[in-house]
Formats: sequence, structure tokens, C-alpha cells
Amino acid sequence: MRAPAVSKPKREPKRLLDSRPQLLALQIFVLIAFFLLWHVLTATGLLNPFFFATPLGVLERTGKDLLTAAFYRHLGITLLETVLAFSIGTVAGIAIGFWFARAPLVSAVFDPYVKAANAVPRVVLAPIFALWLGLGIWSKVALGVSLTFFIVFFNVYQGVKEVSPVILANARMLGMNGRQLLRHVYLPSAMSWVFSSLHTAVGFALVGAVVGEYLGASAGLGYRIAQAEGVFDTVGVFSGMLVLTIFVIVIDACVSAVENKLLRWRPQTSTTVSTH
Amino acid sequence: MTAALSLQDVTCTFAGGYTAIAGASLDVAPGEFVSIVGPTGCGKSTFLNVAAGLLRPSDGQVLVFGDELDGLNPHAGYMFQTEALMPWKTARDNVAVGLEVRGTTRSVALARADAWLERVGLSDFGDRYPHQMSGGMRKRAALAQTLILDPKIVLMDEPFSALDVQTRQLMENELLELWSADRKSVVFITHDLEEAIALSDRVVLLSAGPRSRIIGEYKIDLPRPRDVAEIRMTGGFLDLHKAIWADLKGEVLKGYARTSRV
Ligand SMILES: Nc1ncnc2c1ncn2[C@@H]1O[C@H](COP(=O)(O)OP(=O)(O)OP(=O)(O)O)[C@@H](O)[C@H]1O
Ligand SMILES: [Mg+2]
Repeated sequence: MRAPAVSKPKREPKRLLDSRPQLLALQIFVLIAFFLLWHVLTATGLLNPFFFATPLGVLERTGKDLLTAAFYRHLGITLLETVLAFSIGTVAGIAIGFWFARAPLVSAVFDPYVKAANAVPRVVLAPIFALWLGLGIWSKVALGVSLTFFIVFFNVYQGVKEVSPVILANARMLGMNGRQLLRHVYLPSAMSWVFSSLHTAVGFALVGAVVGEYLGASAGLGYRIAQAEGVFDTVGVFSGMLVLTIFVIVIDACVSAVENKLLRWRPQTSTTVSTH
Repeated sequence: MTAALSLQDVTCTFAGGYTAIAGASLDVAPGEFVSIVGPTGCGKSTFLNVAAGLLRPSDGQVLVFGDELDGLNPHAGYMFQTEALMPWKTARDNVAVGLEVRGTTRSVALARADAWLERVGLSDFGDRYPHQMSGGMRKRAALAQTLILDPKIVLMDEPFSALDVQTRQLMENELLELWSADRKSVVFITHDLEEAIALSDRVVLLSAGPRSRIIGEYKIDLPRPRDVAEIRMTGGFLDLHKAIWADLKGEVLKGYARTSRV
């Protein structure tokens, strides 16, 4: 578990298909094909259902779980941990990223330590966080923060550093002081980098929460998976993974929605609409 | 009368030890339109950056209305050679932002930005982001962004070189019209000699780099108001062009020989 290095701001992929419904249909087709393959392999006994579960079993279990109140309590706790880790990590990453980018001496002094800290495998930290913060939600939040912070931090740092010098010179000639440069130039420029990292950051916040729960907790989706594993309940494990996946997709869609609203200025691959 | 802008014995040596300009001096009177021509890479942009206060000269000094320049030039508006609009702001916001940061309320700033967008022919494009505009439209927006602040000195670095001939002549005429309405001092950089002669009161010739300096000044006493397309046909224009080109050609060849050797 390690935060990846800086990712370039995301550009829209080249448009291969004219219509979204068509693309969605193909995506769903891949999903169905996967489940069918899984079903055939387990039904014919090529894969042992005890180890690999069966798609129908997993879906049935997930459906049943969705009707229990306990499930929502676990989901709620994981959600809370994810949101907390994500918010704290992102806010801290933005603030410190800006600070470092604007204070070259600070960044030069701390550079090796930041890199060293980011190189520590976070799984190792989980027991320590549990020791410090107990088995409740905060040890999981801390694990999530330790992952999200670095992703956002490196991207903000890069985003502020990469501001075009001409745009900066122009803004200064227009009369901007330090604070105004921050608001009109640095912040918007860094935002496109921040958003490209937010998708990864959300994922890592969740990873932190779930891994923390998995390693020692009394509630949460990770805890449920650990429990199922403890009794060799593969159906339970796969069902837990399915729920996690859906969870990530929903959160990611929320980030995309905010992103599209805030980054309207960003050039997309040019598209035209037909007028007849 | 004190010069609006006076660069005295300016020398610029970059960190790598390359001396772009050496001992260049130029006085620009209030209301004067001066063009600087010279081969590519000779130090024209460097010269303008010094005048803007963005670059501190290694030697020599800059006076603005008689006062020594320290930091940015508060009387100058600068239209850069490359794209300088903020891509995250619409054309309207880009034009208005200079007024806003100088304390004008947003509504007033936007109203004045709309007036300027109209003057440069962009009234229907105020809501576009830079990436949604053509190169020529972006140049117009940049022009409005610079002139809305009513600077006493306008610095322009090859503002129209990316445009096609027709648009270019349109914008040159527009610029002359705006300039004649309230005469500002203009320092206009171009590598197009015809453009320089058609627009200016004076054309200044920079030698090929390194250690570029001013090697010629030519008074352009063609009558105003001018139409940049028509004036090119007049005899006076052709004579001036012939005289300046004789000097410029040598520098261009020198500059080319130097860059192609490296
Ligand atoms: N920051 C810098 N460090 C080192 N050398 C530089 C720097 N900026 C410019 N130069 C050099 O100084 C010389 C003059 O550059 P400048 O940009 O002023 O040329 P120019 O006359 O504007 O050219 P063009 O007509 O192509 O725009 C060039 O040889 C360039 O390589
Ligand atoms: Mg230049």
C-alpha cells in the first residue's frame, strides 16, 4: 500500500463512440460476460465453489444483507471513516501543499522527510494507529489520512509549481498582489491537479478505512470481510467485495459531478454536435 | 519634456552567462508610438521585460516619467508574446480582473469589460473560456485586458504575429484608432518591418544577439491618420522600407548564421 506519485491532470479520453448509451451497454455487457463465465466455471466444477463461491450465491447473499439493519450500521461506519479520512487528508494536503510550494526553503528542508514518510508501507502503521487511537473509528481515519494526504499534497505542490510563468507575469502586470495571485492564479491552476488526484484520494481513503477495519475493529465493511474469512465463508467475502466496489463507484461519481461543475474552463477533447 | 519611458545603457546577462542585450538605450516620449524590430532571438522580449520591470537589468537603469524604476512598472500595460489569458476565467472575467484587483467593484468592472469587449469586436463572446476562442479572438481579449486599465505606457510583444494578414490589418487599424483617441506611449515589438513602419512614429533597430544593441533609429514622418493597408502603397513608405531593410537585412543574416551554427 503506497500512494502513487503525481498524476497528470486527467484529459478526457478520445471519443471512440458517439453515444453514451452505446458505451454503457458495452460496459454492462462486459459485466454480464464476467458473471456468466464465473457461473459456468463454478457450475461445471472447473472451479471449486467452496473457494470461488458462485455468482448467484454472492448476489443472493448481498441482496439478503441489504435488507438487514446491521449491514447499514457497518456501511455507515465505513462511510464515516472514509469521509473523515478523505476530508482531513485533502484539506491538510491542499494547505500544506500550498505552503510548501510558496515557501521554497521549507520544501527544500522537508523534501527528504516527506519522501521518506511517503515510502513507509501504511499497513505497518495500522497496528500503531490502533495502539494510539484505539480500535474505534479514529485509528482507521488516521490510516486513510496517511494515504490521501500524500496524494493530494504532491498534486497541489506540482499544480502550484507548474503555473505558467507568462500567466503569472501577466497577472502581476494587471496589478495583483500576493493574496490576489493566490486566489486568481495559483488556486484555480492547482484545482485541476487537485481534482485529478481526488479520484485516487477517495479510493485510498476507503482502502485505509477497510484495511484498518480488517486488521482490528468491531464494525465496518472490512470487519465483516475479516469475519467471513475467519469462518471460510467465501460467499461472504465476495459479497463484501461487491458492496465495496459499488460503494467506490458511487463516491467516485460524486467527485466527478463536483469536478465537472468546478472545472468547466478546462479544455476537453473538442466535440461538435450535429445540427441537422 | 521628460520621457515616458527611458532605458539607459541597459545590459542583461542571464544566469548561464549569456548577454542578450548590452548597452541599449531608448527614450520614448509621452504619446509616441515606437516600434522595435530585430532578428529573432536578438533580445526584443528581454528588452520589453526590462521596461515592464519584470526583469531587472544587470546594468543600466530604467526611468519611468523621470523616476527610477524599482519593481514592476506601475504605468505600463503589457501584452505578452505568448498566451497570457487565465484559462479558468471567461473572456469577460479576464478583461475585468485587472480593474477588480485594483479595487473597482465587480459590477462596475464587468460593465466596463463589456464595453471593451465590444470595442475589440468580442461582445458576443464574453462568456467563452480562452480554449473556446480562436487565436485572433484571444489576442483581442488580451488587448482589451491590457487597455482597460488605461496604462500610460503600452508594451506590446509581437501582438499580431499569429494572425492572418486580413485580421492583422484589421487589428492594426483598430489599434491605431484606439491609440489616436488618447495618445499613450506605445512600445511595439515586431519582426515585420512593414508593420513597424505602418504603425509607428519611430522605428528602432536592434542588432543580432548576443550583446544586442540599438544600431539604428528611423523617424517615420508619414501622415496620420493612416490606413495600414493603403499606406504600404505610398512612395514615402517604400523609400523608408528600402532604407531600413538595407540595415535590417544584414542583421537578420548575421542572426541566422549565428543561430544555425549553434
Ligand atoms: N531566462 C533566460 N535564460 C537564458 N537565456 C535567455 C533567457 N531568456 C532569453 N534568453 C536568451 O536571450 C536571447 C533573447 O531572447 P528574447 O526572448 O528577448 O528574444 P526575442 O528578440 O524576443 O526573439 P523572438 O523574436 O524570437 O521573440 C535569446 O538568445 C534567448 O535564448
Ligand atoms: Mg520575443
